Amino acid sequence: MSELKKLINDPLKVADELVEGLVDAYNGECVHVGQRSLALKNIPDGKVALLVGGGCGHEPIYHGLVGKNLADGAACGDIFAAPPPGIVLEATQAVDKGKGVLYLYGNYAGDVMNFDIGAELAEDEDIDVRTVLICDDVASAPPTEKQNRRGVAGLVPIVKLVGAASQTACSLDELEISAKKACLMTRSIGVSMSPGSIPATGKPTFDIDADKIGLGMGIHGEPGVGEIPMTTTDELVPQMLDYLFKDFEADEDVAALGEGDEVILFVNSLGATTMMELLIALRKAKQILSERGIKIYDVIVGPLVTCQEMTGISFSITKLDDELKQHWNMACQSICYTKLEGAQGA
Amino acid sequence: MAKEQLTPAETKTMMLQVADAIIEAEPILTDADRALGDGDHGVGMERGMNAIKEKLEASEYESAGKVFMDVGMAMMSSMGGASGAVFGTLFRAGGKSIKDSGTFGSKELAELITSGTQSVMDRGGAKPGDKTMIDALDPAATAAQAAADQSLPEAINATAAAGEAGRDASKAMIATMGRAKTLGEKSIGHPDAGAVSIAIILNTMKNFINS
Repeated sequence: MSELKKLINDPLKVADELVEGLVDAYNGECVHVGQRSLALKNIPDGKVALLVGGGCGHEPIYHGLVGKNLADGAACGDIFAAPPPGIVLEATQAVDKGKGVLYLYGNYAGDVMNFDIGAELAEDEDIDVRTVLICDDVASAPPTEKQNRRGVAGLVPIVKLVGAASQTACSLDELEISAKKACLMTRSIGVSMSPGSIPATGKPTFDIDADKIGLGMGIHGEPGVGEIPMTTTDELVPQMLDYLFKDFEADEDVAALGEGDEVILFVNSLGATTMMELLIALRKAKQILSERGIKIYDVIVGPLVTCQEMTGISFSITKLDDELKQHWNMACQSICYTKLEGAQGA
Repeated sequence: MAKEQLTPAETKTMMLQVADAIIEAEPILTDADRALGDGDHGVGMERGMNAIKEKLEASEYESAGKVFMDVGMAMMSSMGGASGAVFGTLFRAGGKSIKDSGTFGSKELAELITSGTQSVMDRGGAKPGDKTMIDALDPAATAAQAAADQSLPEAINATAAAGEAGRDASKAMIATMGRAKTLGEKSIGHPDAGAVSIAIILNTMKNFINS
């Protein structure tokens, strides 16, 4: 393959420059905070705040989820690296309106350590902080160890739901409970056909044979459950969804997915896989869910949780109940994800 | 001529050489991390080293411990990622434990690495055998303690050798922490990238002390 033509400036300034551009894209709705954070401009006093964050390079998440009825702010790390504690603190101070701050981010060792140090610094400033980790990748640990799973694309429906909950939450306790529920009900599985690259080095994040698909791979190209031969959409999608069905079935903390259940279905591209391919995958997923009597309450489709020019897709399913549906129905608006009031087709 | 005690100024020079050695090793670290993680360790360390250089070059020191504390703070606040948190903690906590001793000898070496290693384990939850930087640090700390009554060159030689042996031993381990853990048995055969960095840091300190 010919060398990748990447349109950037100084490779070591990619994260800073993209965050600057993101704030420009918000066109006044968001402000740039401290070294590399952003926050909504008008967060109401007394609101329980929601802070997301993580490494850059996966745009439009995580920082693109700052917005109306979504996250109040985001702490941005460098490319694929957790934000340092100082940045977490700056973001925390920017979103805190006296009722405390919920940290909601993907479960990665670096993020956990840096956000934890950031939380300790925030506590020193008398800001109440609570943390809920997103652990939705079913390929990264069995249901009995789901607290060890990676956080992947499920964060989009999760942040949407928790952002809505945060608008009416009376306390940090209440929001923490909502967040834990949204996380518990959301599961994801991904595949990849070829790697993305690290902007600063130009090197691919992993190697895979041209005729293979990595099943269960993470959003940085972390290995999954194994490799299978390259195949068609209609052969692949049932295998992927099976992992999700089996996971809901095997996990004692949730009921199995079945007849009459309503779900949010998110079909994500990891970067280079096209909308055309996502729609073909969505079509097959819809058939499979229909056969099981599972109703799709709403659909998200698009390249929202990416790893540069990585090819691959992921499915995330969020199982809804009345409370989650109510939170889902709230309109939201951000660079990453915008929806109108209600649900498509519902 | 080998050095028995480092002045704060010499400690600063040593850590500047460490920074240059890591920057030079960026491609090696990137490759090591690509085998097990997402390949960002080399670039992250390079960023941390540039921050160290900026901080140290602009500062005068009266305590060797303060040099290491600044090394830790520079790494923690510039790198982010798991590396920033653990390497930052290593040097910040290690440096803090010797902040009252002006010079740097074999006792300070032992204290620096022992306290730093314990703080890293407390922060990240890794223990020996998890295929992390701890697998280079823990044997290095044990060696440094055993050599705390010997001369500084003898102590750093033993410490760096233990760090290298630890790095090599990490090849045979199965990763249970961080992003590499999902590889399971496939992680066997590759050293941990953090352990590779530790070996480079200790070796550069050794070369400086023996020069």
